[in-house]
Amino acid sequence: MKIIVFAENQEGQFKKSSLEAVSYAAQIAAAHNGSVIAVSIGHVSNDKFAELGKYGADQIFNYSQEVFNTFFGETYSKALAHATKNAGAELVIISNTYSGKTIAPRTAAQLGAGIVSGVISYPNTDNGFNVRRTVFSGKAFADVAINTSIKVLAITPNSFSLIENNKTASIENMDAGISSDTLASKSIEVARASGKVVLTEAELVVSGGRGMKGPENWHLIESLADILGAATACSKPVSDIHWRPHSEHVGQTGITIKPNLYIAIGISGAIQHLAGVSASKVIVAINKDPEAPFFKAADYGIVGDAFEVLPKIIEAAKSFKSQQA
Amino acid sequence: MKVLVCISQVPDTTTKVGFTDNNTKFNTQGVQFIINPYDELALTRALEITEKQGGTVTVINVGLAETEPSIRKALAIGANDAVRINAEPMDAFFVAEQISNYAKNENFDLILTGRESIDYNGGMMAGLLGEMLQLPSVNVITAIEVENGMAKLERDIDGGRERLEVKLPMVGSAQKELTEPRIPNMRGIMAARTKPLTVVEPIGAQANTQTTSFENPPAKGACKLIDPANAADLIGLLHNEAKVI
Repeated sequence: MKIIVFAENQEGQFKKSSLEAVSYAAQIAAAHNGSVIAVSIGHVSNDKFAELGKYGADQIFNYSQEVFNTFFGETYSKALAHATKNAGAELVIISNTYSGKTIAPRTAAQLGAGIVSGVISYPNTDNGFNVRRTVFSGKAFADVAINTSIKVLAITPNSFSLIENNKTASIENMDAGISSDTLASKSIEVARASGKVVLTEAELVVSGGRGMKGPENWHLIESLADILGAATACSKPVSDIHWRPHSEHVGQTGITIKPNLYIAIGISGAIQHLAGVSASKVIVAINKDPEAPFFKAADYGIVGDAFEVLPKIIEAAKSFKSQQA
Repeated sequence: MKVLVCISQVPDTTTKVGFTDNNTKFNTQGVQFIINPYDELALTRALEITEKQGGTVTVINVGLAETEPSIRKALAIGANDAVRINAEPMDAFFVAEQISNYAKNENFDLILTGRESIDYNGGMMAGLLGEMLQLPSVNVITAIEVENGMAKLERDIDGGRERLEVKLPMVGSAQKELTEPRIPNMRGIMAARTKPLTVVEPIGAQANTQTTSFENPPAKGACKLIDPANAADLIGLLHNEAKVI
């Protein structure tokens, strides 16, 4: 079985979520006597490609034409479909990031492939081809069978470990023959906060709710997040009253996340909020209300005032990090 | 300016999710259904655009008769007319085939939908429609203005924001910040009763995927409580016991 993986780069660096996807594909290839072709689109310097081999790519298809300097679903999906057809691959693996979500369905439509997004399991091929995904924003799982010959899986970031494989991947320069003249889309400006951990891909998340009493107190959340190397998040009411940007809202109508650690401070734990965070490996709830529903969903709990508890945790985190260093 | 907004009907966000028929079907008993919140934002923004510069907003849904209350609500919010493709939505591919088949001869300038439905969370509709209709698609739009056949947009990207311009026609999916939802007023509710809702029979498309069973996540074990006076112990527990830092 030949497996195509989209190896997404951000400013020339392969993303951790892409390396997870390569590791994931390599595990499937090993079980099915297959091989992994990582597809790099856009400009990446040659010395970076070794990293894809390290996580199990046998081959790299490199699409580095100028038309790929900016990311558009229309062009990137064409390259991915081109690579799939060229390799005669049966399986396409894409990480379910914002860019992944943009190109996965377009690629599937070009290939007439069945597609499943939000995948959290390796495929089970005992009887057909089945994968598990999250549904209802994390309130349930669904097992889904794909019945087309080519299959596209968009896997949830942080769901699969990085596994080193130490292969030396051969690099093939490819051209999908796309002209930039026909493009209807034009990028004007890309703005990324530098030095901040991206919430959707973060391994550690510190999150605040209305119990934080106001945006002026968020320095406590940010300080703990900075020390731990975590992303910051918030509950829906907090983003609705504009204490924090909407992009930080986690929950059923916000972002669904799956970090290793989710620390919820002053968030009661309404069902809509829990839906977006319940897949976190370890949950800590800090709330002064002992009846807060979050304590039923948490692994660790502190019943106490955030403004008394947080400074102690921040101090402890500081000394822990200085010992580690 | 002709805008098409694709809506789906989903369980209310407070729903406790359960299943029947040996865990193969979602248990709809006692469940309140609503317009998918992201689709409602798409609809509201479409209305704001057409109110400013003229035009019509059509809503489309693929579903059986039970989705009509949600479609009527979309009309009450302000859509001009509605289309219901009379079919059980089997998977995203099937739904996109139905909508693109309807849209291909209608010359819509803009097709909007939510960034995902809050029940199945596929998030594929904009991309599938874009490819099937050979149009550009932009996901997770947080702002859109239309002028002179051009959409000026902002979208979420991993770790940031991008501003871009796209020549119409195009397909877009609505992200939370796009606008605030509108509550239908009495006049809208009255008007919705007589606005056209056309029922169209489906084309023979097939589903590429099939959900075979559902499962609720396992219940969490007991929560380990830490005395607030010893809150600092948390860091040690997270390192030594939970091994996450």
